[in-house]
Amino acid sequence: MISRRDFLQTSMAASAILGASGFGQWGRIAAQQTLTQDQLLEFDTFGNVSLIHITDIHAQLKPIYFREPSVNLGVGPNKGEVPHVTGADFRKMYGIDDGSYAHYALSSGDFTALAEGYGRVGGLDRVATVINQIRADRPDALLLDGGDTWHGSYTCYQTQGQDMVDVMNALKPDAMTFHWEFTLGSERVQEIVEGLPFAALGQNIFDAEWDEPAELFPPYKMFERGGVKIAVIGQAFPYMPIANPGWMFPEYSFGIRDENMQAMVDQVRAEGAELVVCLSHNGFDVDKKMAGIVKGIDVILSGHTHDALPEPVLVGETIIVASGSNGKFVSRVDLDVRDGRMMGFRHKLIPILSDVIEPDKEVAAVIDEVRAPYANALSEVIGKSDSLLYRRGNFNGTWDDVICDALLSEREADIALSPGVRWGPSILPGQDITREDIWNVTSMTYGAAYRTEMTGEYLHVVLEDVADNLFNPDPYYQQGGDMVRTGGLGYRIDISKPQGERISEMILLKTGERIDPSKTYQIAGWASVNEDTEGPPIWDVVEAHIRKKGTVSAPDNDSVEVVGL
Amino acid sequence: MQLTRRNAILMGAGAILMTGLPLRASAAGEDAIAAFTGGAEVGEGDIKLTAPEIAENGNTVPIEVSSDSATEIMVLALGNPTPPVATFKFGPLAASRSASTRIRLAGTQDVVAIAKLEDGSFVKASTTVKVTIGGCGG
Repeated sequence: MISRRDFLQTSMAASAILGASGFGQWGRIAAQQTLTQDQLLEFDTFGNVSLIHITDIHAQLKPIYFREPSVNLGVGPNKGEVPHVTGADFRKMYGIDDGSYAHYALSSGDFTALAEGYGRVGGLDRVATVINQIRADRPDALLLDGGDTWHGSYTCYQTQGQDMVDVMNALKPDAMTFHWEFTLGSERVQEIVEGLPFAALGQNIFDAEWDEPAELFPPYKMFERGGVKIAVIGQAFPYMPIANPGWMFPEYSFGIRDENMQAMVDQVRAEGAELVVCLSHNGFDVDKKMAGIVKGIDVILSGHTHDALPEPVLVGETIIVASGSNGKFVSRVDLDVRDGRMMGFRHKLIPILSDVIEPDKEVAAVIDEVRAPYANALSEVIGKSDSLLYRRGNFNGTWDDVICDALLSEREADIALSPGVRWGPSILPGQDITREDIWNVTSMTYGAAYRTEMTGEYLHVVLEDVADNLFNPDPYYQQGGDMVRTGGLGYRIDISKPQGERISEMILLKTGERIDPSKTYQIAGWASVNEDTEGPPIWDVVEAHIRKKGTVSAPDNDSVEVVGL
Repeated sequence: MQLTRRNAILMGAGAILMTGLPLRASAAGEDAIAAFTGGAEVGEGDIKLTAPEIAENGNTVPIEVSSDSATEIMVLALGNPTPPVATFKFGPLAASRSASTRIRLAGTQDVVAIAKLEDGSFVKASTTVKVTIGGCGG
């Protein structure tokens, strides 16, 4: 039986005491003096098995800034539950001191000042150092990649994911599952997967024609580590052909398929698995629901919704670990597995503070090598921002405001729509915007900036449809993105209402008039899932806009009114 | 900028819209259920309906029904213009009383399976299948 004491042995919260007090005084030197790599990685090795989890890297090879959301609303059973707690409430919940590195890494609030003090986060060469250190403690630790790895940057696009494959291979993962990888197209995915030196898992990746498990992606792999038989079951993103262009990978079908997950758990237990780990790209709320339905999973390593939690969430006897995104965190989970059961765990969410953690030389060399051919294109300065540009948040982000402005002016539209994706690093006020920065928030294989006509009525239907993907009270009907961002359009949303009744008060901002259901509007957007969408690439549209403006700003945006909280 | 007809057609995000809002059950569905059950009460029990939560393609949604003791299973898509989808009949020697097929859904709606069991009673399972415009996944 797992004791409560064992479950409470998580160590992130305690580390918050390292921070100083007060606001706005975060000199970089002061931050570095208070923190050392040893402190960040300090861990009292526990039990007989170690898991290392990294997920949703979105091709961020180099250190970046990444602001966590201030608005992340939960509905139904998840109202007010983590990860739907942000900012000061989040810090209070976990006992994190204001101004500490944990504040900076895990929560929103005072981001710019803390970013100037603590510096950039991530960088796979730093991640490599952390992994190596864990392997020094526990040489046979399992490294598991939750997917969204081969997507999200200039070099990833130009090399069709090869840059990420090369760098990840240098980290030597043991298994991986998938989401945006499939937007490389099934032919390219098959080509890469056939050559991977580790397991490509997905119990829910099926052949679309025959509705049977796809051969290329086994449901699970058995490992023997520390004398323990461990089954790692993969769970790819369930709604790939819906949230992303299904025509790019028509051979595959997905879905949650929790009945098949249960069958796989039963099968691996029958084969002698003493520890069952689910490497998931479901998103946090879906994982929570699944953990309550599928019996016998010990650990869910959760990805997709980009949440970073300093402690695992417990559902029954399953622990759910959320490890953030964009290379910003690595989770270490040590487990004591005896007599065929998980008896306890110790967990740490390690923030990759790039100025504190030494880069690993070998991996740094691989990163430099894959980036070298593109060095000039990447580093060209296009303009500057005088505001903090970020994306995460349920309704709008300042980076999306800039992208919507670009669409409105470059595509001469009334209204702009920008997808509510959760990837994309931040830019500090006063920072130059390079071509790499623009690609980091726009890169994808279906980035055509379309221009179309929509009636007011249809626009309402679109907003209602997307809102239901986010605010349906049943997590199994959520797709894990944020609300579509709008430019030139204001609206009110009542998140407590059912589909069809959430969106009201739609206003065309340039005239201040109400949207007329029967009138036709010019709409510009990007990332359409429809085949044969035409238009210039979104990164060119944004680059042209920023070049013309020189310095971009993102003033406060109150065009979305949220009620029903 | 002049919007050409070609642009309007090719750039549309709107072409695939099937319906905006969840479809309500029609009287036709209730009539079909009443005809199948003869007005008998429908309980819960030995009937399983498997369908995706969100359809990957509303035109061909895979569903499966199974029951250990059913002699007949009727499947209905309550929001479709013609709700009855199929009725599967199983003889006493049937090795497995399950069936799978693909159905077309006019939009987000409830799919229902009603089984007539060997003892003459009726049981039902129901699930909502969402048909969505798509896009915007994190």
